[in-house]
Amino acid sequence: MPNVMELKEKTEMFQILNENGKVIKGQKVPDLTDEELKDLYRWMLRIRTFDGRAIKLNRQGRLGFYAPMAGQEASQIASMIALKKSDMLYPSYRDVGAAMYHGLPMENVFLNSRGQIHGMKTPDDVNAYPPQIIIAAQVLHCAGSGWAFRLKKQDDVAICFFGDGATSEGDFHEGLNFAAVNDANSIFFCQNNQYAISVPIHKQMKSETIAQKAIGYGIAGIRVDGNDALAVYQATKEAAERARKGEGPTLIEAVTYRVGPHTMAGDDPGRYRTKDEEETWTSKRDPLKRLRNYLDSKGLWSDEEEEKVQTEVLDEINETIKKVEKAPKGTVAELMDGLYKETPPMVTKQKDEYLAWKEGK
Amino acid sequence: MATMTLINAINDGLRAEMEQDENVIVFGEDVGVNGGVFRATADLHQNFGENRSFDTPLAESAIIGTAIGLANHGFRPVPEIQFAGFIYECMDQISTQAARIRMRSGGRFTAPITVRVPFGGGVKTPEMHSDSLEALFLHSPGVKVVIPSNPYDAKGLLIAAIRDDDPVIFYEPMKLYRSIKGEVPEEAYTVEIGKANIVREGSDVTVLAYGNMVHTAEKAADLVEKERGVKAEVIDLRTISPFDLETIITSVKKTHRAVVVHEAAKTGGVGAELSARINEEAILSLEAPVVRVTGFDTPYPLTSIEDEYLPTPERIAAGIYKTLDF
Repeated sequence: MPNVMELKEKTEMFQILNENGKVIKGQKVPDLTDEELKDLYRWMLRIRTFDGRAIKLNRQGRLGFYAPMAGQEASQIASMIALKKSDMLYPSYRDVGAAMYHGLPMENVFLNSRGQIHGMKTPDDVNAYPPQIIIAAQVLHCAGSGWAFRLKKQDDVAICFFGDGATSEGDFHEGLNFAAVNDANSIFFCQNNQYAISVPIHKQMKSETIAQKAIGYGIAGIRVDGNDALAVYQATKEAAERARKGEGPTLIEAVTYRVGPHTMAGDDPGRYRTKDEEETWTSKRDPLKRLRNYLDSKGLWSDEEEEKVQTEVLDEINETIKKVEKAPKGTVAELMDGLYKETPPMVTKQKDEYLAWKEGK
Repeated sequence: MATMTLINAINDGLRAEMEQDENVIVFGEDVGVNGGVFRATADLHQNFGENRSFDTPLAESAIIGTAIGLANHGFRPVPEIQFAGFIYECMDQISTQAARIRMRSGGRFTAPITVRVPFGGGVKTPEMHSDSLEALFLHSPGVKVVIPSNPYDAKGLLIAAIRDDDPVIFYEPMKLYRSIKGEVPEEAYTVEIGKANIVREGSDVTVLAYGNMVHTAEKAADLVEKERGVKAEVIDLRTISPFDLETIITSVKKTHRAVVVHEAAKTGGVGAELSARINEEAILSLEAPVVRVTGFDTPYPLTSIEDEYLPTPERIAAGIYKTLDF
């Protein structure tokens, strides 16, 4: 009988803070200054506040497509804090928190949610692609981008975000394989929130973890507590350091939980999740509570600061939503003009015919 | 000037662009050390090095998807998809990603990518190598589709495609790779994308074709002239999307009849679009309905019957007579 190969599964999870926000014995705290630590928490709080308000605005019909992020703040923000402005971000539709930290204006997020065509125009000084709708398509762009940095001998990195469901796509496999073969400066960041809409992870895959899939590509893989901001920061920082040194890509699995529904388009998690499960994640494993406890233990944060950040965000949201509601919706003519560098005569003809019809109406 | 086959002209076009722009990179399955399964990329790896012409793992979606990522940093990728039938593997990356990124991002990101793809029948390939799938991309706004029929156009159109700031699918008719030769300038030059070429002037009927079918249409024009003294005007479209409507309509208004020829299946093909446009723009000039001489509404056949599937000069002549005898 031939032997069946036994691959050691990477089941251990990297954690720095325990559920009460205390440093786990033997773990080293990352070299973040007090100000950086506060910035990390401030941004997680901003995103949490933003998310709550965005859901309300959606229910009021003032926002359109929206994919809630509550519960995933540590995964999205602590990872980006470990990177530089010159690094390139490929977000999915749920990663507008990461994108806003990297510089995408809130205005763009709202415009995009409302389906106004100017929302996906990233400012020139922000290295972020528009949020990706096709699951795992951005994994390939991230592989190509990290490969470009390698070819140009730049020490920048490309990072993409995707969920657990994306790891079943062929593009996930192709992207990790291409990046591996070419030692691309890429970080593949999976936010494993345990569900792809209603499908739990055990129906997605037979492997114990997502991190262990890295073994198949011959690249570094790490499983990290995605609700532990310090652990996410440390894991991403080390992945970036490896990439910048030309040591190739890393697959990071951040184990986390989406507190809200999949999107605001009618998904009801009550149909596929138990109340107990949700309660465990919201009361015991909340990423904000955990980091807040740690900050409190160092005397770095106060209720006043907490309130100040929340008020600032809500004010910014109010101003921004009013602004985008008044912003032009765009026209089909603009859509045509923006498709090619030089608009072909056939498209110009359609545009002229359409405008003439509109004029005569 | 040098006498070149079509495949030599493509190789020469790639060389010329790689020399003048260090951001032009050529990659795909077996395009590096091996120089391509048809030798289209011969010697590029040896002359320009591993960072300019290289092999990739075998995965079409990733070849185009990584090209998009590479393009985000100033590269002008010229990836190859080994055979046309494999293009379904990368449909999302071409039609959803590359085609739309300029529009989606308000011009912040673009995809100046030229996808080279051998296609077309008549060379006894295995299944899913010869399929003509150009209509898929005619129906993909944001992508241009170019198909040369001779060495001069091949080099000039390829250079134009590489310099184009939007994605271009560059279909290469396998049948013509080595079967025709022509004079090709040694320096870099361009043939404008979106402009058709009247390869034979005539007054009685307009025959629209591209790729290998241009040569078959010319043979049909000889045949109808010999048999019935009919003067057919043969137009090589050269660009399928965006096609040169002006040249087509001007010709149809002169000849009052039109026949569209392609290897691809009839229904929903390029011929359907051309016929519709001629109806929209020149119906009062038509003496007869537009006739389509095409492949059939089946998958591209196994090789023992491909000669029966592909349009022949005789089938095209019959189509021409149909418009004359209407």
